[in-house]
Amino acid sequence: MASTPWLSLVIWVPILFGVLVLATGSDRNARLARWVALVGAVAGFLASIPLYTQFNVQTAGMQFTELHPWIEALHVNYHLGVDGISVLFILLTSFTTVVVVAAGWKVIEKRVAQYMAAFLIMSGLMNGVFASLDAILFYVFWEAMLIPMFLVIGVWGGPNRVYAAVKFFLYTLLGSLLMLVAFIYLYQRSGGSFDILDYQQLPLGLEAQVLIFLAFFMAFAVKVPMWPVHTWLPDAHVEAPTGGSVVLAAIMLKLGAYGFLRFCLPIAPDASHLLSGFMITLSLIAVVYIGLVALVQGDMKKLIAYSSISHMGFVTLGIFLFNRFGTEGALVQMISHGFVSGALFLCVGVLYDRLHSRQINDYGGVVNRMPLFATLFMLFAMANSGLPATSGFVGEFMVIMGSMKVNFWYSAAAATTLIFGAAYTLWMYKRVIFGKITNPRVEGLSDLSTREFLILGSLAVVVLAMGVYPLPFTEVMHSSVANLLSHVAQSKLKGA
Amino acid sequence: MSLVSWHDLAPMLPEIFVLCMGSLILLVDAFIADRHRFVTYAATQLTLLGAVLLTAQGAHGETVTGFHGLFIEDPVADVLKLMLYVSISAMLVYSKSYLQVRGLFRGEFFVLVLFAALGMMIMISAGNFLALYLGLELQALCLYALVALSRDSAVATEAALKYFVLGALASGLLLYGMSMVYGVTGHLDLSGIAGVLAHGVKDHTVLVFGLVFLVAGLAFKLGVVPFHMWVPDVYQGAPTAMTLFIGTAPKIAAFGFVIRLLAGGLQPLAHDWSGMLVILSVLSIAIGNITAIAQSNIKRMLAYSTISHMGFVLLGFLSGNLQGYGAAMFYVLVYVLMSLGAFGMVMLLSRQGFEAEHLDDFKGLNQRSPWYAFLMLILMFSMAGIPPTAGFYAKLAVLSSALDAGYVGLVVAAVLFSVVGAFYYLRIVKLMYFDAPSDPSACRAHADVGVLMSANGLAVLALGILPQPLMALCTYSIWHSL
Repeated sequence: MASTPWLSLVIWVPILFGVLVLATGSDRNARLARWVALVGAVAGFLASIPLYTQFNVQTAGMQFTELHPWIEALHVNYHLGVDGISVLFILLTSFTTVVVVAAGWKVIEKRVAQYMAAFLIMSGLMNGVFASLDAILFYVFWEAMLIPMFLVIGVWGGPNRVYAAVKFFLYTLLGSLLMLVAFIYLYQRSGGSFDILDYQQLPLGLEAQVLIFLAFFMAFAVKVPMWPVHTWLPDAHVEAPTGGSVVLAAIMLKLGAYGFLRFCLPIAPDASHLLSGFMITLSLIAVVYIGLVALVQGDMKKLIAYSSISHMGFVTLGIFLFNRFGTEGALVQMISHGFVSGALFLCVGVLYDRLHSRQINDYGGVVNRMPLFATLFMLFAMANSGLPATSGFVGEFMVIMGSMKVNFWYSAAAATTLIFGAAYTLWMYKRVIFGKITNPRVEGLSDLSTREFLILGSLAVVVLAMGVYPLPFTEVMHSSVANLLSHVAQSKLKGA
Repeated sequence: MSLVSWHDLAPMLPEIFVLCMGSLILLVDAFIADRHRFVTYAATQLTLLGAVLLTAQGAHGETVTGFHGLFIEDPVADVLKLMLYVSISAMLVYSKSYLQVRGLFRGEFFVLVLFAALGMMIMISAGNFLALYLGLELQALCLYALVALSRDSAVATEAALKYFVLGALASGLLLYGMSMVYGVTGHLDLSGIAGVLAHGVKDHTVLVFGLVFLVAGLAFKLGVVPFHMWVPDVYQGAPTAMTLFIGTAPKIAAFGFVIRLLAGGLQPLAHDWSGMLVILSVLSIAIGNITAIAQSNIKRMLAYSTISHMGFVLLGFLSGNLQGYGAAMFYVLVYVLMSLGAFGMVMLLSRQGFEAEHLDDFKGLNQRSPWYAFLMLILMFSMAGIPPTAGFYAKLAVLSSALDAGYVGLVVAAVLFSVVGAFYYLRIVKLMYFDAPSDPSACRAHADVGVLMSANGLAVLALGILPQPLMALCTYSIWHSL
């Protein structure tokens, strides 16, 4: 099949543009660096559009596949492909990159080229993670992604950035290396193959499955992040520059959940069923407990970070329900959260750029000076609390439906998020936006610039569109999710 | 029939050439004034180039022996020797201005380097206990003298003395072990020993007793725990140029030595020695990585990092099969490449009257010279084993072979300690990128150093994206040699 290698394009176009941006050198060429970066990001996004328009929603198999030998000594292939589970994430990543480049346009003044290049390269690598069908290729993208993120947090971050960057790196590295051991084990068990699709057919005993599950769990749970290994996230989020927070929240967190869907469930189905109670418990703790933690935060970024953990708890809950509503709900929730949390971080960034404070107490009465901003912020806050007709509602509703089928108490506990989520988001919104102006600096705020309006406005359109008419998003995933669920339902123990 | 025939000499041509040129340079240099010392430098580089050509044209992909098995020339030897020349040549380029500034750019340096190279070449190609030992001692004596070359430096002299005393002890252990193996098998030839062992011997106890001494001696030379005490002191005390030398080429030679001895002669005892290597390997990875965190001197830190890397190399030997040896070989070659770059960078940051020895000297390098900071970033992530760098595939290959041999616990331990290891490599990156420089001037380097450093760093990255050629070369040479 000699068609255009779209997947390679969405991976390598941003990376090549990233290198090109680096080549523009010092801050004297900052203008050039910004424009090259924007062109690269847009080109990457355009290359990802055919993945959606040419996507065949009828089949559950991999599409747009590319297969070339890469490291023959270890039987590693350059094997790419997407199905209904991964394709939307590539679109999300490419779209977010454009947003991030635009959001950093004015704000980043030192080492502009390195900043823009880091995000472009990261975008290519994250697309690579979603598109890889070879375990080592996946691992290479997965780990390589840490390097630009480490630098982004450490170079452009807040006061405590070094601690946050190192914590972020080491936490994720520990999990990833155990995953690597699992890959090598599977390589030997499968008779010398690193192909992920082969692993899904490989019969495995229960003990091996549990160990593999736990190794993957370490890698993905840290990334999601699930309670109790979530502590790196608030630090990383708070210290990262706005762009870094957006990428972390919108995409990096999704990688963990994607990993569960792509690896844990199909490779170790029996272990997944065995440990589902454990996973659901952790998820519910994240939903309820972290939701309460979010309530008491005085720092807006920290609050959104905890809210992200709580929302991701919903995602892992949905994944381990093993029914269609749960899994599709989890996927929708991931995509929606990608847009909503990204938008919320951008909103905080808008305020931070003006006042250089993230403390809720420093604000109040912002609506008097920034009505346009207040309107858009309102929409995203509502979406975050799961208001119907926004994207946030669809995913949460589906997951709650799915959990109701399994156990009433699961759904009862999960549904509390509708209260807590609304409480912490809207309470923050109220304190920041409404009320009297107490801080004289708020008095001098100016409303959104055209650039900021375009960024937030385009996100608002997506959030509303997903909430009102989610079919274009869900129809893509139907076949693949059905296939995944039928696969998970089959025990692998017989052949082992 | 003449005593020495062409068939014996042909495989030895590179060694003979290096020997002749070394002697010639020794003589000629006596008549060269200090300001023309560049001639000696050029002659040494040309010697290495000549050795490359001779080795390359002699490489036929098959095993040739000379002097009744005393000398072996096979693909492994060819590959290791080529890497040896490249690393020594790069070392000379990196250290040229460092030595000039410190008054160490003298004829003795080049002669000692060449003779050390000769010793290493013999180690790599030895087929007999005596040849192995001769090569080892020739190399070691030159290295002791090189460390002490900076005569008026008390630290360097102390380092040299420590190196010498412990090195001599290690040589003694090796000889003792060799004598026991000789006593049991009646052979000094590695192939002869393998032949006898394959049929089984009566006195297994004495044999294993001797094996313990052999392995201890090897461990000293490789610098693995618990025989590692000399490594940090010598690395720190020696002038950085010598540290670079000790940290690279001798590791290739030591690998050759281990291959000849364990994989060649004592392969039938694999079951016995792999048990010993397990302990050495896991201790090295653990202690090397943990202790490195506490260092504030970069040379000392890299010394401990070397110890842990050698532990990883031994991990490749555990499986006792060709796949594992190939993985270990790949690891050593990649390690040498990374080590060259890292020490080269330390020297690049050094100036007249200033040794860039402390970690803090890397502060803000990204603002001073972004390109060098980027290269060092690649090298550090490669040492930490993060893709897409060559260091990742090196770790992947050895871990894979160890897991294949069933050492699951060991592999998990190695993986956990490499997370510990990542911490101190990250610290360098942190210093370079996150901190403000204490001295904002850009680093200046000669064009040749700059080009070579770029090539070195990019090679680590390129091997990380396309590791296949080097990996295939290692596998090929191991399969066609053993």
